[in-house]
Amino acid sequence: MTARLLRALPAAACALLAVPALAAEAVGQTEKQATNTTAIIMFVGFVALTLGITYWAAQRTRSAAMFYTAGGNITGFQNGLAIAGDYMSAASFLGISALVYTSGYDGLIYSIGFLVGWPIIMALMAERLRNLGRFTFADVVSYRLAQTPLRTLAATGTIVVVAFYLIAQMVGAGQLIKLLFGIDYIYAEIIVGVLMILYVTFGGMLATTWVQIIKACLLLGGATLMALLVLAAFGFDLTALSAKAVEVHPKHAAIMVPGPMVANPVSAISLGLALMFGTAGLPHILMRFFTVADQKEARKSVFWATTFIGYFYILTFIIGFGAITLVLTNHDYLDAAGALRGGGNMAAVWLADAVGGHLLLGFISAVAFATILAVVSGLTLSGASAISHDLYASVFRHGRANEREEMRVSKAATLVLGIVAIVLGIAFEKINVAFMVGLAFAIAASSNFPVLILSMYWRGLTTRGAVIGGWLGLIVATVLTVLSKSIWVMVLHNTAAIFPYDSPAIFSMPLAFLGCWLFSVLDTSPRATEEQSRFEAQYIRSMTGIGAEAAARH
Amino acid sequence: MAPDAGVKPGVAEQVRRNPLFAELVLKRSRFGWTIAIAMLVVYYGFVLLVAFDKPLLGMSVGGGITLAFPLGLAVILVAILLTGLYVLRANGEYDDLTRRIREGLQ
Repeated sequence: MTARLLRALPAAACALLAVPALAAEAVGQTEKQATNTTAIIMFVGFVALTLGITYWAAQRTRSAAMFYTAGGNITGFQNGLAIAGDYMSAASFLGISALVYTSGYDGLIYSIGFLVGWPIIMALMAERLRNLGRFTFADVVSYRLAQTPLRTLAATGTIVVVAFYLIAQMVGAGQLIKLLFGIDYIYAEIIVGVLMILYVTFGGMLATTWVQIIKACLLLGGATLMALLVLAAFGFDLTALSAKAVEVHPKHAAIMVPGPMVANPVSAISLGLALMFGTAGLPHILMRFFTVADQKEARKSVFWATTFIGYFYILTFIIGFGAITLVLTNHDYLDAAGALRGGGNMAAVWLADAVGGHLLLGFISAVAFATILAVVSGLTLSGASAISHDLYASVFRHGRANEREEMRVSKAATLVLGIVAIVLGIAFEKINVAFMVGLAFAIAASSNFPVLILSMYWRGLTTRGAVIGGWLGLIVATVLTVLSKSIWVMVLHNTAAIFPYDSPAIFSMPLAFLGCWLFSVLDTSPRATEEQSRFEAQYIRSMTGIGAEAAARH
Repeated sequence: MAPDAGVKPGVAEQVRRNPLFAELVLKRSRFGWTIAIAMLVVYYGFVLLVAFDKPLLGMSVGGGITLAFPLGLAVILVAILLTGLYVLRANGEYDDLTRRIREGLQ
């Protein structure tokens, strides 16, 4: 298991959700668990509560602004929790604690990589995004450039990122649920898909945000409780906890230092790059910046998100060490070979049983399911917005669609995305989905991010440069991923990979920047001159928010 | 939506000439890049230590806990601290400047 984790992890280099993908892989090989009644009761409670919220939100979701951005009325604190909820997937929770369980310190290196992008987003992007955008990040990139080609590019980038992310989540969800609740895989997929369609079509961003907030609170609460129970078991003495862990872990003292996972400096650096900038190009995260009233609240959102995410990662670390000391030593949780029952990623779940009995086990299982449900809803909403707001209203109807039509399209798009997600989730059940999330992050970092940051910072960017650079990043990232080992060898069964590295971002991201720069500089058309002359007004609005309230007030 | 919806040309010109705007741009850009670069230096410093100096990270800081742990924790805390610093300054000083620029508009 350890060897496989270590081999597989770099493959998912830049993937936040790499770990659940591995979870999915590991879990998929186990039989269905006996039905866990406590978990089901708690989960039904969660669903009832969130459906109630959806009903409440549906009463208020009458306009496009409510549907896409909850009317811009979410506070910075609430939005920070929701962003943290989007970011703390079941992946981080089960995956990172499992990583700590198997290899000790290396788990912390991943946590840190996931976190350090946030100060960058804060300092360079948050307020400009809020001041320039309305519903989707395409609003920002097409602010002074040609609407049709840029919205097409941004919407394509969004849909591709969302699709790959969604498949990874759906497959992970189905397999976790099969294990935790004893429900058949197909039914698990359908339950997730149907609930997600209900939340998004009826409740829009308001319901999606509150589902995310509740889930974030449950996850933070559950993880805090587990960490406290672990610490209490060792009399709140960290040295006792670590001494015991070193004593019982098969690797002994090696778990206290960085291991082989980051042996290669180049891959360590490229991993960091991809993590940082992939996050800044994820459409469902970017969309959250439009749900707050102004730049002040946008900044507060990032601060709270960073605080909660950082706190959560510290907790997963204590949980991982707790699992080493309390799960690894208990034969009830291990199979005959000494491996974890249900796969390596169940460390946190069994720890819940070890420190809090059946009740806590049920609660943590329900939280894991709720987590996936919330993340999937956020993804679907951002995909549907790209289809209705960018493709339908701006590209096909050239801004002549009225709000009712646009909302009808977004609801239809949600339905279609939900059904597609269920079908793909079932179709990809057996696949190792790590590469899909890797592809999602690589595309976000190679297409969405370069175009977005240049449109905000560089006067010289023209439509031609942005379109060529953006598509170049999108296509090269996709092609290189297909040619890398994770697809070319493991899925398509060729003997050797054509592209020797695991993550394409280190090549595709600079290429996108180069393309944007070169073709903007070479662009001497009158349109280019006009676009560059419009930068100043955009810049003033992005710095001061003057003119932004008109867009926010609707 | 018109490409420059919201900022009328006259207003843009007025803001651009306002010395307070120049001050806002200079201060905020400098501080924003300082925060971003500080984070990059701290993070990649940590990554380089992980890659090149494992013995240092394995040094005990007492009770069997290695230096790697407080350092890792410190990177997480620095990330939170840096975002906090930016919010503190931006939501006070910069928003103050922004408000004064807006009030100066006819």
